[in-house]
Amino acid sequence: MTTVPILTGRRLPRWSTPVVAAAAILVGLVLQFGGISPLGLAPALFAAIGFIVARSTWSWILEGRRHATDRLMGSLVVGALLLALVPLVWILITVAIRGYSVMNTEFITGTMRNIGPRVEGGGIGHAFVGTLQQVGIAALISLPIGIMTAIQLVEYGRGKTLSRWISFFVDVMTGVPSIVAGLFIYTAVILTFGFSQSGFAAGLALTILMIPVVVRSTEEMLRIVPNSLREGALALGIPKWRVITFVVLPTAISGIITGAMLAIARVAGETAPLLLTTFLAQDVNFNAFDGSQTALPTFIWDQISRGTAPAIDRAWGGAYALILFVLVLYAAARVIAAVFAPARE
Amino acid sequence: MTAVLSGQAVRPGDRVFSGLSLAAGVLVLVVMAAIAVFLVWKAIPSLTTDSANFFTEQQWLPDRDPPVFGIAVLAFGTVLTSLIAMGIAVPIGFGVALFIAFYGNRRVSTALGFTVDLLAAVPSIIFGLWGLYYFMPRIVPFAEWLSTYLGWIPLFRNDLEIYTKSILMAGVVLAIMILPTVSAISREVFLQVPRAQTEAALALGATRWEMIRMSVFPFSRPGMVSAAMLGLGRALGETIAVALLLSAIFEINWAITEPGGNTFAANIALKWGEAADNGRSALIAAGLVLFLITLAVNMIARWIIARHEEYT
Amino acid sequence: MSKRIDLVDLDIFYGDFLAVEQVTLTVNPRSVTAFIGPSGCGKSSVLRSINRMHELVPGAYVTGEVLLDNEDVYGVDVDPVLVRRTIGMVFQRPNPFPTMSIYDNVVAGLRLSKRRRRSKDLDDVVERSLRSANLWAEVKDRVDRPGAGLSGGQQQRLCIARAIAIEPEVLLMDEPCSALDPISTLAIEDLIHELKDTYTIVIVTHNMQQAARVSSTTAFFNVNAVGEPGRLIEIGETSQIFSNPRVKQTEDYVSGRFG
Ligand SMILES: Nc1ncnc2c1ncn2[C@@H]1O[C@H](COP(=O)(O)OP(=O)(O)OP(=O)(O)O)[C@@H](O)[C@H]1O
Ligand SMILES: [Mg+2]
Repeated sequence: MTTVPILTGRRLPRWSTPVVAAAAILVGLVLQFGGISPLGLAPALFAAIGFIVARSTWSWILEGRRHATDRLMGSLVVGALLLALVPLVWILITVAIRGYSVMNTEFITGTMRNIGPRVEGGGIGHAFVGTLQQVGIAALISLPIGIMTAIQLVEYGRGKTLSRWISFFVDVMTGVPSIVAGLFIYTAVILTFGFSQSGFAAGLALTILMIPVVVRSTEEMLRIVPNSLREGALALGIPKWRVITFVVLPTAISGIITGAMLAIARVAGETAPLLLTTFLAQDVNFNAFDGSQTALPTFIWDQISRGTAPAIDRAWGGAYALILFVLVLYAAARVIAAVFAPARE
Repeated sequence: MTAVLSGQAVRPGDRVFSGLSLAAGVLVLVVMAAIAVFLVWKAIPSLTTDSANFFTEQQWLPDRDPPVFGIAVLAFGTVLTSLIAMGIAVPIGFGVALFIAFYGNRRVSTALGFTVDLLAAVPSIIFGLWGLYYFMPRIVPFAEWLSTYLGWIPLFRNDLEIYTKSILMAGVVLAIMILPTVSAISREVFLQVPRAQTEAALALGATRWEMIRMSVFPFSRPGMVSAAMLGLGRALGETIAVALLLSAIFEINWAITEPGGNTFAANIALKWGEAADNGRSALIAAGLVLFLITLAVNMIARWIIARHEEYT
Repeated sequence: MSKRIDLVDLDIFYGDFLAVEQVTLTVNPRSVTAFIGPSGCGKSSVLRSINRMHELVPGAYVTGEVLLDNEDVYGVDVDPVLVRRTIGMVFQRPNPFPTMSIYDNVVAGLRLSKRRRRSKDLDDVVERSLRSANLWAEVKDRVDRPGAGLSGGQQQRLCIARAIAIEPEVLLMDEPCSALDPISTLAIEDLIHELKDTYTIVIVTHNMQQAARVSSTTAFFNVNAVGEPGRLIEIGETSQIFSNPRVKQTEDYVSGRFG
């Protein structure tokens, strides 16, 4: 018994993708070494576009419009992904190479006291102290406020109109530009209440940026604490606030810590609000409440604005330290999240 | 006989604790209101002395006597850089999110999601530094290409033949910076599409792309709009990278490959140090406008998402 | 129209896990075949292997053969998109496209292949499909309204209309009535009865009365324990399976002694 096959369409052979890719790379290489750039396009770009066009056209001829569109969009999606990864990799590599070349003990522990822009040397010790203090202040204030707000949203105010407004504005608050946070602290704390520009003011500006992040992450963690746990404890006659502090929070604690670390990582890199709320110092100042204090981001900013070769080298060194600080926090947060994640079965 | 069940209706511990949590929540609302109030209050002194129209004036000389300043140039630069950033970041961000949700296998997708999120962790000052010394020199040829081949469009004309520190450059770097926002949010939205919907399309004989058009996009449209708008919100308020990448000329110039451009945020950061009292007040006024714009953008975006969630 | 299906030595995997083992059976054209068996025995997996929906689960694959009139559904040159067009599917929960009207839901499959058709043609298809799905009378005045506004039973019939609008050879139904009330269930059963003159139908059901009512052939699957592969225990005429099963397990199951 013979039948006409109805399930087989004409399809691109399996080897089509590597072959077209190889051809495109070949063309790219020829252009590269021949020094030709058709239409002024860089050879790599030309090869990539050529690959997509060639494969889609071949597919159209053989498989028809629908499969050709599918393949075209598929390669665009993959292309978008690769394109998105380029800057990340590029930045990380650049910072690693440029920053590593200025790393030494003096750079990590030293300060910029008596170091002019044209002189090599100096260090980020003072900036590191500033970052730790300013971010520490921000964390000390925003963590309790953020966690309590999340408790209000999840434990006490579920479904209430006020909670819905708070929740909405927490989301909107994540979108407040960092420079506006700086302006707010300047107008409210410095102009109105007469505080001086200081590390503390900078920490307050970071607080504004940190609160919504803490609320969101804590809220998410509280929501995945199973209700049966709460009900079980309440049924034993334990007051609600003790249920929250002794049952709910401990259950969610690893997630809350993760969120807090991500929030710290986020604000540690902020520059703009610090520029409006502190003056820059060249030496260590352990007192965040008085006098000027530099943090890592403002150190980088300061060095870039000096523009000399040694200063730019120092800026890269600062960038290296800052990104390391942020990435370590980030990675540690992920590890904590992964290790202590409640088993989801 | 003593009543066993009656006592204080609410225990003091509970009252204190719930009071504290309520206070914290209300504080969020108070802070948002306070931002508006203080910015308005401290902006008023300069606004009353401004001898020019605050919205249309193209100069920024608030510390001169009489003060002359306006936000026309800032609004122009802010909107244009943000639009360029959106034009690039939104399609690419959606592409990344589609890959993670529908193309990659699970392990690759989680790893990639994490990697793209890392981009969000890179501080803006580092984007600025890298953009200034590495990225900008590398994309000058692209700007040259635009002005060579598309120079007949006024937007791409370049009479100066200098291609650095332009609105285009700032826009492209901004695009990279808002990409993780767009892709992370649209990824969440895509992952929420019910399997029943995607399977319905595939069972009708849809290709993967047709499945995306048929069951993913209609379902995700509000979320995609919000993702784009939240990206826009970030682009509008981004300060430091833009401050480093624009030449901060106070002039409206439509030729986006020429040096120039200025934004609300960058102008505040750059002028703050040298500004006297009225100058700072004027910068606060500019910051107020920026705050109101981003507030509107974010509120609309969040409102769209919230309505969408109610629905599903 | 309507074709025969042969499964030959079919093994179904989810990654390393062998979910169903060595299924060999034949589904006759223009008839209704019911798959019954306890939960987890692999009925859905077998069904989804027939139109290659199975492979959409990450890591999932099959070995063995699925033949549609002797043509291997898993052959090298076979286009899975064409397979799914030829073998339609109705799911457990009604899943009309929520943003589309009733009309657009019905023609969703057709619009894929023909970019623009004369609207008159489309109108005819919509009416014909909705009539075949016994839904026309109820919705003919509101085909432009959203499909999500219908009752559960109506939505399920809309999904059937959507599946038959592209004129498949085979219709696979995975517990199509389990989310529906008794009256809607009856409507769907009547519909299956009418459709079997045109299509090859395979239906998975947990409801043995339903299997007895709608099918001419019944296949019983079973699984010994969780984590072990499911198997086909017995296949035969429905009347024989229910009144005179050859295997003890089948008898236990159909008489309600377990499962
Ligand atoms: N996506 C999946 N990934 C991994 N294993 C799966 C998956 N889907 C099903 N299985 C496993 O395959 C086996 C068969 O499942 P299947 O859904 O086919 O059973 P079923 O007979 O349809 O059950 P039910 O009557 O409950 O619908 C089960 O052991 C199940 O755990
Ligand atoms: Mg099933």
